[in-house]
Amino acid sequence: MSIDIDTARKVAHLARIAVAEEDLPALAGELSGILTFMEQLNEVNVDGVEPMTSVTPMRLKRRADVVTDGGYPEKILSNAPDAREGFFAVPKVVE
Amino acid sequence: MSLNQLTISDARDALRKGDVTSAEITEACLTAIDGAGALNAYCHLTPEIARDQAAAADARIRAGDAPAMCGIPLGIKDLFCTKGVPSQAASRILEGFRPEYESTVTQNLWDAGAVMLGKLSMDEFAMGSSNETACYGPVVNPWKVDDRQLTPGGSSGGSAAAVAADLCLAATGTDTGGSIRQPAAFTGIVGIKPTYGRVSRWGVVAFASSLDQAGPMTKTVRDAAIMLGAMCSHDPKDSTSADIPVPDFEAALTGDIRGKKIGIPREYRMDGMPAEIEKLWSDGAAMLRDAGAEIVDISLPHTKYALPAYYVVAPAEASSNLARYDGVRYGHRARLGQGDGITEMYEKTRAEGFGKEVQRRVMIGTYVLSAGFYDAYYNRARKVRALIKRDFDQAFAAGIDAILTPATPSSAFGLGEMANADPVAMYLNDVFTVTVNLAGLPGVAVPAGLDSKGLPLGLQLIGRPWQEGDLLNHAYVLEKAVGFAAKPAKWW
Repeated sequence: MSIDIDTARKVAHLARIAVAEEDLPALAGELSGILTFMEQLNEVNVDGVEPMTSVTPMRLKRRADVVTDGGYPEKILSNAPDAREGFFAVPKVVE
Repeated sequence: MSLNQLTISDARDALRKGDVTSAEITEACLTAIDGAGALNAYCHLTPEIARDQAAAADARIRAGDAPAMCGIPLGIKDLFCTKGVPSQAASRILEGFRPEYESTVTQNLWDAGAVMLGKLSMDEFAMGSSNETACYGPVVNPWKVDDRQLTPGGSSGGSAAAVAADLCLAATGTDTGGSIRQPAAFTGIVGIKPTYGRVSRWGVVAFASSLDQAGPMTKTVRDAAIMLGAMCSHDPKDSTSADIPVPDFEAALTGDIRGKKIGIPREYRMDGMPAEIEKLWSDGAAMLRDAGAEIVDISLPHTKYALPAYYVVAPAEASSNLARYDGVRYGHRARLGQGDGITEMYEKTRAEGFGKEVQRRVMIGTYVLSAGFYDAYYNRARKVRALIKRDFDQAFAAGIDAILTPATPSSAFGLGEMANADPVAMYLNDVFTVTVNLAGLPGVAVPAGLDSKGLPLGLQLIGRPWQEGDLLNHAYVLEKAVGFAAKPAKWW
């Protein structure tokens, strides 16, 4: 599977990583190389194989659906690049 | 011998006898760190915390309440969140981040009385095998045989270099595809990745959640057993944490492996394997045989598909985990231009904050999870993963107790030597270790000798699920038989 420049541009946008137009050909080449390496997986017969989920069979833990934590907005906001009046602040989202 | 050169077990015994104080050992480590700037192993130092914790540990020891790790100075990989202390996974995107909480593993260690010297550098988000992707610049291996500076391996390269150079008594590491075992092998120390679920992942910056496990990096196998016991716990805050008792791993070190069956997997004998590695491996098998174990040739037929499966599964999980770094809640936010909206904020922040290798893996992960490719890549890789695990299950069902392999395909290489190589060439460093993460098994790297250049080489032992004690006992026998005592000559 070879990745062209348009696909590289689309993947970068999906990943929300800005990539300059002039860097796209090199990126496409690198991604193609890695995907070619992954193509080996097509040699394996996986008919009827269930994807692995855990090392030994284990039932997922359950707990009571109750609030066990919280009540400290100042701690939650303490690392925010921009926090105002108890909220995270971001650029305008809607026109 | 200065106090920073102590092992955990010797320090524990001396502390309990009152021959030495934690404050003295801690000062010796801080002095050693001060003189080791050239190694670039530590990225954030915490001497005030260390001195406070050492004083508290000394009081606890005097009161007669001293768990094994009490008063032991440690280095902590930058991937662990430590309250109030920078924890940035060696990434620019987490610059300035000071967690309001403590990871379960480090909390367990502090509860046991251990002392934090500081945070240790690593590959950015634990993605790399050479420590060259760290935002702090590469860590340098204390081992040196010519004018080149060598990599300590990765991603836990700061941890490996710090332990090998006696800048702490031991360190925490994490291992997603070999990130404890490969750097341990490159620096002549011991590192164990426990069974997936043995150690809580809570508060450890996530890379690939179904593969990540923390573990100790130490000077001896006994130290690994002691420290692993302190790190493990069932944690309700990690839903994959195993609710099973943590045994006394140190008590399992009997030195007796008579009658045990050691598997030698034929698929690990790769084309072009250096003769030195081949000899190291057969010598290791002979030592285990001399100790009374039976050596058995086994087959793990899906081995060759482990790396490609890993490089689908790990980036897929990484692309999802790293979506949280968006410049909103913590860390770096890009300066925005006139008219930039929220999408531009995300894209610029992530382009500035993530290094090249992280960007590459996030994009690969995004691609393999995207509509139309999910089944072809991601689901197929997960099924191949099940087959890799089945290979191991069948070997253990046939009576194999442990599997012996090389830890790495070579000794440490020079910093910068892989700069122009294909990304896939760097991925090959994980060829012997990555199967263990995919199958969720415990694996330990043990120093096994020096190569012709005088650099350390390691062997890997792979154990049955949840049998870390038995695995460490095999490692203990190998360690005693090898008698590895070499240390890097101090040049820094």
